[in-house]
Amino acid sequence: MRRYSAFAIAREALRHHTGWERAWRSPEPKKHYKVIVIGAGGHGLATAYYLGKNHGIRDIAVLDKGWLGGGNTGRNTTIIRSNYLQDPSAAIYEKSRSLYETFSQDLNFNAMFSPRGVLMLAQTQHEKRGYLRTAHANALQGVDTEWVGPERVKEIVPIINIDGPRYPVLGGLWQARAGTARHDAIAWGYARACSGMGMDIIQQCAVTGVRSEGGTVTGVSTTKGDIACDKLAIVVAGHSGQLAEVAGFRLPIESAPLQALVSEPIKPCIDCVVMANTVHGYMSQSDKGELVIGGGTDSYNGYTQRGSFNHIEDTVRALVETFPIISRLKMLRQWGGIVDMTGDRSPILSKTPLGNCFINCGWGTGGFKAIPGSGWAMADLVAKGEPGPLAADFGLDRFREGRFIDESVAAGVAH
Amino acid sequence: MLTLKCPYCGILCDETELAAGGEAHVKRAGPGSSDEAFEAYLFDRENPMGVHFERWRHAHGCGKWFLAARDTVTMEVFGTYKAQTTEPPEEIVAAIRARRPEWEGRA
Repeated sequence: MRRYSAFAIAREALRHHTGWERAWRSPEPKKHYKVIVIGAGGHGLATAYYLGKNHGIRDIAVLDKGWLGGGNTGRNTTIIRSNYLQDPSAAIYEKSRSLYETFSQDLNFNAMFSPRGVLMLAQTQHEKRGYLRTAHANALQGVDTEWVGPERVKEIVPIINIDGPRYPVLGGLWQARAGTARHDAIAWGYARACSGMGMDIIQQCAVTGVRSEGGTVTGVSTTKGDIACDKLAIVVAGHSGQLAEVAGFRLPIESAPLQALVSEPIKPCIDCVVMANTVHGYMSQSDKGELVIGGGTDSYNGYTQRGSFNHIEDTVRALVETFPIISRLKMLRQWGGIVDMTGDRSPILSKTPLGNCFINCGWGTGGFKAIPGSGWAMADLVAKGEPGPLAADFGLDRFREGRFIDESVAAGVAH
Repeated sequence: MLTLKCPYCGILCDETELAAGGEAHVKRAGPGSSDEAFEAYLFDRENPMGVHFERWRHAHGCGKWFLAARDTVTMEVFGTYKAQTTEPPEEIVAAIRARRPEWEGRA
């Protein structure tokens, strides 16, 4: 793998860009791998990357039924934050945020990480008390957040209307080190690094069966033939239910589309991410100038990757109330991704009823921000067969034992 | 927008008039059941790509619960029926089989 650098750009400029190599190989699958990761999205590729980097396991195939990064990794609103209430969440999301800070240097791939700050608005007394509590919890967890009053909110986001007709802004939870990153670059960066370590990324290869012997996984059947493996990691987000069914167990997960939309590009007007959870919408501005807007999840199961129409109106109405200057903007594109929701709105990183088969799912509406930390923790779990400190609390057994990591209150809906 | 017919009122309702209530026909694990059965009752869901039986409430109408059979991929609605049943009625099953011959029935 040739390194990207200023020198490489100069060299290629002199020879008409004929020397760039493909970022990753597209090999045919081998007969056997030590580890197979199903799902070449951010989480799957990060799992493979940290298996190689932290645990020295490089005989890995990453399979995807579509193209890499074509699911939720390419469909989210690119927000990265770690201001969670519960200790296990704060730990894994903060690990993730810190890994994003050094992603570009570590992987030699520009992730365009922009720590522009995330502001979560408090628009009811209840929400205000909730965020004050989160700010205190974050202080104890070592996560850098602060409570800010309405004047400071107006300073941070001049275009905001703090005297909204329905829900005036009472303050906000500000995480200055949070921000955004280029979502595709995360998948591409990991894919390039994995390929560079000798791992095989096999796209257009759907898993149709999981083979096992005596309760232990031995391989998978795919549309490109049977592939044997010692260990299997299922990392497929919204379609986890289907894979679990193939592997012979059920999950406490329901899938629904979550929508996002972008406006026509305008001049820079907002230099942080604002989340308004009471009125239900969140917004940031991309480097191209488009306002990137996230909205609601459908309240019923679905796999449509477009979402319900009325949510667009709800989301846009909420944001026009909060940012009156955007009322004349046209929306350019709208799309949906299938999010896998657990009962406590926290992820599952776990062993499964099938031996040597591990699952990483349930990130729901907040998966992008977790990619590096999730991969780190999942690699630990797959390599050692037991969860490390980051994953320990996210096991499937927590549902039976009632050890919920309840983020549905702390994180609200937008998450 | 998803529209469902309320089997009590007999009118077509937009989804904004309704409240979704999750998977239907989930059988409650009774007293004396194992921990695993109770856990499955509380949390494990079928979550299919395809035919899904689900609960809905006509929240901004008669306020009553009813059930629907719907495809989660195509959003096609096979029919709605009253909630006082533990299994989907025959005409709903027939309607599904007519449109989805390959459907294997409820898991």
